[in-house]
Amino acid sequence: MLKYLLPIGLFAVLVGFLYFGLGRDKETLPSPLIGKAAPVFELTRLDDPAKTFSNSELAGKAYVLNVWGSWCVGCRQEHGALLEIARRGEVPIVGLNYNDEREAALNWLEQLGNPYVVSAFDGDGRVGIDWGVYGAPETFLVGANGKVIKKHVAPITVEIWEQEFVPLLSQAKAGSP
Amino acid sequence: MAAELGHFALILAFCLALPQAFFGLMGAHWRRPHWIALANRAVAGQWVFTLFSFACLSYVFYQNDFSVLYVAQNSNSELPTFYRFAAVWGAHEGSLLLWLLVQATWALGVAAFSGNMPQQMTSRVLGVLGLISAGFALFILMTSNPFLRLWPAAPDGRDLNPLLQDPALAIHPPMLYIGYVGFSVPFAFAVAAMLEGKLDSLWARWVRPWATVAWMFLTCGIALGSWWAYYELGWGGWWFWDPVENASFMPWLIGTALIHSLAVTEKRGLFKSWTLLLSITAFSLSLLGTFLVRSGVIESVHAFASDPGRGLFILSFLGVCVGGALGLYAWRAPLFRSNAGFAPVSRESFLLFNNMLLVGATVVILLGTTYPMFMDAFGLDKVSVGPPYFEAMFLVPMLPMVFLLAPGMHAAWKKASFESTKKILGVLLGVAVVLALAVSAGVYGWNSVMTIVGLTAAFWVAGAALVDPISRWRNGHSLPASIVGMSVAHFGLALFIIGATTVESYKEETDLSLKPGQTTEHAGFQFTMTKLEDVAGPNYQAVQSEVVITRDGEQVAVVHPQKRVYRVQKNAMTEAGIDAHWNRDLFVAMGEPLGEDAWSLRLQYKPMVRFIWLGAAVMALGGLIAICDRRYRKRVTVDEGAAAAAGAKTA
Repeated sequence: MLKYLLPIGLFAVLVGFLYFGLGRDKETLPSPLIGKAAPVFELTRLDDPAKTFSNSELAGKAYVLNVWGSWCVGCRQEHGALLEIARRGEVPIVGLNYNDEREAALNWLEQLGNPYVVSAFDGDGRVGIDWGVYGAPETFLVGANGKVIKKHVAPITVEIWEQEFVPLLSQAKAGSP
Repeated sequence: MAAELGHFALILAFCLALPQAFFGLMGAHWRRPHWIALANRAVAGQWVFTLFSFACLSYVFYQNDFSVLYVAQNSNSELPTFYRFAAVWGAHEGSLLLWLLVQATWALGVAAFSGNMPQQMTSRVLGVLGLISAGFALFILMTSNPFLRLWPAAPDGRDLNPLLQDPALAIHPPMLYIGYVGFSVPFAFAVAAMLEGKLDSLWARWVRPWATVAWMFLTCGIALGSWWAYYELGWGGWWFWDPVENASFMPWLIGTALIHSLAVTEKRGLFKSWTLLLSITAFSLSLLGTFLVRSGVIESVHAFASDPGRGLFILSFLGVCVGGALGLYAWRAPLFRSNAGFAPVSRESFLLFNNMLLVGATVVILLGTTYPMFMDAFGLDKVSVGPPYFEAMFLVPMLPMVFLLAPGMHAAWKKASFESTKKILGVLLGVAVVLALAVSAGVYGWNSVMTIVGLTAAFWVAGAALVDPISRWRNGHSLPASIVGMSVAHFGLALFIIGATTVESYKEETDLSLKPGQTTEHAGFQFTMTKLEDVAGPNYQAVQSEVVITRDGEQVAVVHPQKRVYRVQKNAMTEAGIDAHWNRDLFVAMGEPLGEDAWSLRLQYKPMVRFIWLGAAVMALGGLIAICDRRYRKRVTVDEGAAAAAGAKTA
């Protein structure tokens, strides 16, 4: 009887996908980008669609790239931490506004505060693909030599910043690999 | 020492779950009464040792024993005593131990309250529950042991996640788990019925109270979680369609379908294989929810430590449990075909629609939750579906369901004519439309058609829910608890819809900057910040503002929103200041300091928001009343049981 076999068939498909999802675990897989040159992008600025921003403008400087979106609950959670990191001013934070709508994103920054020196608007997520973004929020540290030094998936906290990012900052600024 | 004792007790609990499974299942299969008796003893033993193990873990938390890794990770010497107990289930390992304890308690409940069931049935059910317990105990022992020592001991702990330091969240996981795990009982009943190859009206009568209790706790658990998110996350939403929320909502929807389908199986002996499938699915979705939350397949704010090793174990466990049950279903379900018919318009058809629509809603949510994963697997663009998808798609099945509810409640079994109720239902619908128009145009101001539709549905359901109890009472008929329970639960649903529709249609929110001494106007209220001060909690520092709310010169409330920074983990937390009133909340949350004592404040006016949780509580109450029905307590004699089974066949 086919109709009685249907549930187990659907279940098998689901388990297959879940197994696949498991194999691609995000946190344990190191980003293939680490130690490689950060992908260069040029996008319109979030606050002004008439102007563009490219991360090549930051060549020779260390910076943090934070992937965020106004739809993302984790981003909201980490926002306070980002504001604190921005306040310390150790390194500029560039926002990559990922898969978002411009108006919603601008409202978000207005309401919660803006930790970013600039946010690039990646409305269709193409730049996110270049950077291997699995899902917001993700935070990258890029060194003065233009290489990706560190990637953190999931909301960042001040504690994680202090323990995992700050020790890498001098290396990042010096630009040595 | 306590940690080692707890660990040892956990191993013993695992060792007792195995004989519970073996003697329970095989004792029934080979009909050996003393094996069956042995399984019952194993249930009690397993419960005692699990409880002891859990008590040991609570004790090491109470003692601040930071030589236990799990305690060091999730507690702190400054943590208030109450939260030290709540911290037991504040993270993965301990919450699994809680799961196991709840599992053992359910099994004990089945063993204790099965007097009216044949021994073999009980024995099979306990056997299946034993298998599930064994799986979870093994999972804890192999991948998530909370009793591991840390050497050298930590001088102090890393503290409980500040988000979890809240009374509602302290009791939210136990509620949710009682619900999740509770669905293992109908699951076990379904497996037992398939093994036995026999499923009749009596079976449905045994399962119904268990399914209803599980559903009740899940309802409370979800409502508590929503309430917590509302005031603790600091931005005043009450549902976020977050993967973890969805994980708890899907078993709830299927559980709701199940308790309705069980009604048909009990009364009419129909929908048998469908009821089996729902019983299996409700628990499968509970397990799937655990998998999604624990494995890191889907990222979420709620997600605890994600670990692929754990994910693999849960996935295998899921495969064995659910795959086994569905395999059994494919093999045995054809046995349970029933030939009884029913007219296109009858209570059976209404309940069939109810089931289809609830399952449809579940599929919508399941697709939305796992969609990013599927896209990822096919190497396609990563597309996230957010709240807009869920909000729009969820209404598609839910709207017709709510409108079918009012006539459905009054449809007769087999063939419904609506002769006697046509008039009153029509009148109620008219009243509902008028009321909805009056409320939306008169009280809050015209908004949109959807608002009217939502309110009409709610008023109609509320009215229709009361018709039956009132007319029975007036005519002096008896009023069985099951009918009262059904009416109360449906009335609760109406309250929920009123709350959800009104708050989503008429909420007003604004963000602005305010300094002490300044006043602003929002939604007809004046908000004055009178004070800004630093306060210290036991384990946090906070900036607290005092906001006086007045209306036309009269003071309405004084609220004290806080921005807290917890000392150990250094996260900033928002404690909203809320003035709650039956028909509205005023919600003040502090945003960011803007310099010179000015703060960004978020002010919200939330009309009828309390009805959302009130509605959920009333639904749960309805469940509680329904299980008090006398027929569940009555001992069924063999003759009567056979008669009922025969009745179901011929009806």
